[in-house]
Amino acid sequence: MSDFTANTSTPPQEAGFGDYFALLKPRVMSLVVFTAFVGLMVAPQSVPPMVGFAAILFIALGGGASGALNMWYDADIDRVMARTSGRPIPSGRVAPGEALSLGLWLSTLSVVMLGLAANWFAAGFLAFTIFFYAVIYTMWLKRSTPQNIVIGGAAGAFPPMIGWAVATGGVSVESLLMFALVFMWTPPHFWALALFMKSDYDKAKVPMLTVTAGRPHTRRMILVYTLLLAPVAIAAGLTSIGGPVYLAAAVVLNLVFVKGGYDIWRRDEAAARADDYRTEKKVFRFSLLYLFLHFGALLAEAGLRSVGLGGW
Amino acid sequence: MPITETHEIHNRRLGRNIGVALTLAAFVAVVFFLTVSKVRNGGSVEAYDHTVRPSITEEDSQ
Repeated sequence: MSDFTANTSTPPQEAGFGDYFALLKPRVMSLVVFTAFVGLMVAPQSVPPMVGFAAILFIALGGGASGALNMWYDADIDRVMARTSGRPIPSGRVAPGEALSLGLWLSTLSVVMLGLAANWFAAGFLAFTIFFYAVIYTMWLKRSTPQNIVIGGAAGAFPPMIGWAVATGGVSVESLLMFALVFMWTPPHFWALALFMKSDYDKAKVPMLTVTAGRPHTRRMILVYTLLLAPVAIAAGLTSIGGPVYLAAAVVLNLVFVKGGYDIWRRDEAAARADDYRTEKKVFRFSLLYLFLHFGALLAEAGLRSVGLGGW
Repeated sequence: MPITETHEIHNRRLGRNIGVALTLAAFVAVVFFLTVSKVRNGGSVEAYDHTVRPSITEEDSQ
């Protein structure tokens, strides 16, 4: 009787299917799917639709697997940050060991299946990306250097290169520029977030630039990175994957982003606190649109080229 | 005595089992259609063991 009472008073901590899916970080996965898809579509060689579909699916699965490994390792800091405390492991719905085993199994499955579906170069690239995100970024850089976002951003920048490698079996200047676009975009995107999610990273003792070098320095670095990003984004427009549509979009988007970086740099903390970080939040939201529209424009160029328009 | 009442946890387990079943079915479908696509678009299809393999005989490889 007393056992029965005890069971009903404590809610069952058994995971539902959605909890395991949440371990794969679906929102990050959507960015991986989109950029990998664009990388595949803009490549000069084409692949049969089913091969392309399967390749994107397994790239997404690999991205999800690295997300599960990240959540397994970061459960302790996720627990103290408001933004992440509801994740499956800190909330007690999924056991850490389950997340680790899901991550490892899905990593293996996604790499082997990508190799069988497309080619082993792309599969090796995916394996390296998972390793880079789970080990280099999550286990090493994230807690040890304020440059964590800069170098770790490479993990998020590899998917368009993998998509390109699925079609071509290699690397080229175009795929490197797509990589550089996401790589250079990541720091201003995350630092804008770090400026208004201040207490979260402080509490978790993650050495974000805002904590280690100070907020004025972070503001300066956001502007520096938006300035460094602009030529990279525009250069992609001058290669075989670019064209007038992309170039026009890149020029406008980069002008707006640099203006956003300038606005953040010009402000001090008092002004930011006074309007609840309005500019920082605006630039963060725009940065999402910025990346989506760049890759959307590349896709548009590929579509136009296929009907004899677009491109140079 | 059989359990007659459905607890919330049973619904959650059912949802999880259906999710796993659908995922496995989808995986089988992907592998099947991928194989069909590879066979249709691919190169030579030949048996592997205890049989003549045209792709590795000298006359064909030249």
